[in-house]
Amino acid sequence: MTAPVLSVQGLSVETRDGVRLVDDLSFDLAPGEILGLVGESGSGKTVACRALMRLLPEPALRIAGGRVALLGQDLVPLPEARMRDVRGGQIGMIFQNPTAHLDPVMRIGDQIAEAVRLHENTTRSDARARAVEALRQVGIPDPEARAGSYAHEFSGGMRQRAMIAVALACNPKVLIADEPTTALDVTVQAQILRLLMDLRDRQGVSIILITHDLGVVAQTCDSIAVLYAGRLCERGPKRDVLGAPSHHYTAGLIRCQPTSAGGEGLLDTIPGQPPSMGAMPGGCRFHPRCAAATVACKGDQPDQAARGPGHVAACHNPLTSARRKVGA
Amino acid sequence: MKKPPLLVVDDLSVAFTQRSGAPFGFGRRSLAAVNHVTLELRAGEALGIVGESGSGKSTLGRAILGLERASGGAVTFDGARISDGARADMDRLRRETAMVFQDPYGALNPRMTAAQAIAEVLIVHRKLPAADIPARVDELLTLVGLRPELGARRPAQLSGGQCQRVGVARALAVDPRLIIADECVAALDVSIQGQIINLFMELRARMDLALIFIAHDLAIVRRLCDRVAVMYLGRIVEEGPTEEVFRAPRHPYTAALISAIPEIDPDTALDPHLLAGDPPSPMRLPEGCPFHPRCPQAQPVCQSGPPPAEHRSPGRRWSCILDPENTTKNPTEVLTHATQ
Repeated sequence: MTAPVLSVQGLSVETRDGVRLVDDLSFDLAPGEILGLVGESGSGKTVACRALMRLLPEPALRIAGGRVALLGQDLVPLPEARMRDVRGGQIGMIFQNPTAHLDPVMRIGDQIAEAVRLHENTTRSDARARAVEALRQVGIPDPEARAGSYAHEFSGGMRQRAMIAVALACNPKVLIADEPTTALDVTVQAQILRLLMDLRDRQGVSIILITHDLGVVAQTCDSIAVLYAGRLCERGPKRDVLGAPSHHYTAGLIRCQPTSAGGEGLLDTIPGQPPSMGAMPGGCRFHPRCAAATVACKGDQPDQAARGPGHVAACHNPLTSARRKVGA
Repeated sequence: MKKPPLLVVDDLSVAFTQRSGAPFGFGRRSLAAVNHVTLELRAGEALGIVGESGSGKSTLGRAILGLERASGGAVTFDGARISDGARADMDRLRRETAMVFQDPYGALNPRMTAAQAIAEVLIVHRKLPAADIPARVDELLTLVGLRPELGARRPAQLSGGQCQRVGVARALAVDPRLIIADECVAALDVSIQGQIINLFMELRARMDLALIFIAHDLAIVRRLCDRVAVMYLGRIVEEGPTEEVFRAPRHPYTAALISAIPEIDPDTALDPHLLAGDPPSPMRLPEGCPFHPRCPQAQPVCQSGPPPAEHRSPGRRWSCILDPENTTKNPTEVLTHATQ
C-alpha cells in the first residue's frame, strides 16, 4: 500500500466557548483517491476542510487538537507564512459559488497566472502560457481568447471550470472541492464531475469532495466518510459503505434519497432534526433520531470499530445486513 | 366522465424587456421567459415542471398566480379567466391558490412568530372571526407536523425544515385548491426533504389538492407527480404521465436530463454521453429548434425555420421533428449511438 498523501489524525475544532464542531476526525487520502465527505448542513464537513487548510476564522474557531500530515509534514503547527505556500501550491481548493471566489475585475487568465507566479519562480509570459494551458485542461473552448475574459462573461459551469483551473495551475497534490456542483444544473453538474474524474486520472491529484448528495458520491468517489454532528460515523470504500452500511445514520441517508428509478408511496425519512451546536446530546450524537438506540447509546460514545478492510463505523449496534443492491 | 380542468393555461407568454441604457428606449430588447405555454391541471393532480435554470419554470409558476404580468395568452382558474380578468376574479384566485417558495427563511417575516405569520393570512382573507383564529392556527401547525407551542417562535429560532413547514401551513391557511411550490425542498437537507415531500403527498390525498411542483430534482418529481412537463428556454418541449416520460422520453432533451441524474448505485456509472454546452441565454434564442445547438441528433432541418410542431399521442406531447416511429423506442439509446 502506498503512503497517504494526506493523513488526518484526531482533528478537532472548537469554538471560543469550547463547543466541538469537529470531534476527533481521522482519515487518510491515498494518491489519486477521491474521498467523498458526506453530511447534512451543520455536520462540520466544511469546517473540517477549512481546518485542513488552516482557514478557520480565528479566534472564533480554532484547531483544538490533532495532526494534519501532508506528505508526512504536520500542517497544524506550521507558521502562517509557510502555510501560504502550501495553500494553492500543494493543496488547491474550489468552492460552491465560483462567482464569489473569482475576482470580478481581473481577467481569468491573469488570475491563474497570479496563482502560478505566487508559488513558482516563473516569468510573466511562462505564467501566462500556464494559465492558457490550465484553461485548456479544464475543457474551456478557445482558451487563448477566453483567458482575456472576465468572470461575468462566463456561464455558471464555465466559471466553475475556471475556478478549477486556478486551483490546479500549480499542480497541487490535493484538491478540496466544497460542494462544487450544488449551484449547477444537473446537466452541467455531470460535466464538472466528469472533469474532476478526468483530472484525477490524468494528473493523479487526490480529491476531497464535500457533498450532501449520495448520488454524486456513488458516481465519482472511491471512498466515503460520513459525518454527523461533527463526528465521523462511518468511513470505508464506496461499495462497502453504500452497499452494506454499518451505521444507522448512513443507512437512513441512503433510504431517504429518492432514486430516479421511481418507487411508490411515502419517502423514507429520518425523524427529528440534527442537533444544534450548543446542545449536543451525550453518548452517540445520533441516538435521539436512531430507531435502534439502546441505553448504551445514550451514555457512552461509541468507538470506531473495524467492519471490513478499510471500513470503520462508530456504532454500538452496527447493522450487519447482507450486501444489498443500492437504489433498489 | 373526466372532471373539467381546474386550471387552464392557454398559450401563455411572459416577456421581460431589458434596457440597453440608450435614451428613449432605443436598443431595448425583449426576452421571452415563457413562450406560448399551454397546460391543464385537474383537481387532485400533481404536475411537475422541470428544466435547467433559465428555462422559465419559476416565471411560469409566478405568471399562473398573477405575480408576473403575462404578455399574451390566458390563465383560466375554475372557469374564470384571470390573466386579464376582473378584480373579483383575482381576489378569488388569491383566496383559493397559494405559493410555497424556495427560501424558507426569506419567505417569512423575521419579526413575526410562526403563529402570527399564519394568523396574518387568515386575517387578510377574512376567513374566520378573530376569536376562532388561534384554534385554527394550532390546527394548521399540527397539520404540517409542528407542535403548536412552536408557534411562539420566530423564524430565526426554527430550523430550515420547520420554517418550510410554516410556509406550507401559511399556504394551507386559505384552504387552497391549488398550490404552486417553487423549488420548495432545494434548500433542505436530504433527511428533511423527504418529510416535506411526504407532507405534500398526504395533503394531496386528504384534501384533493392540485399541485404544481417546480423542481430541478427529477427523482423527487418522479415520486411525487402524476404528470411532468419539461421546459427548455421558455417552452414546454415534452409533457406526459411521469412514469411514461421517465421510462421512454420522446424528446432528446428529456432523455439527456434523465441520464444526467447521479444514481446512488455505484455500479451504474455516470453516463459518459453527456449533454455538451450550457443552457443558452434566452436573450438570443437560436433559430429553428431552440435545442439544436446541444442536441446530439440534430438534423439540418433543425437549424432553421420555426420551432418544431408538437407531436401528440394520448396523454403525451413533445416538440421534436424526430419521429418516434422511425427511431428506436427509447431516445436514450439513440442519444448514445449518436454521440459515439
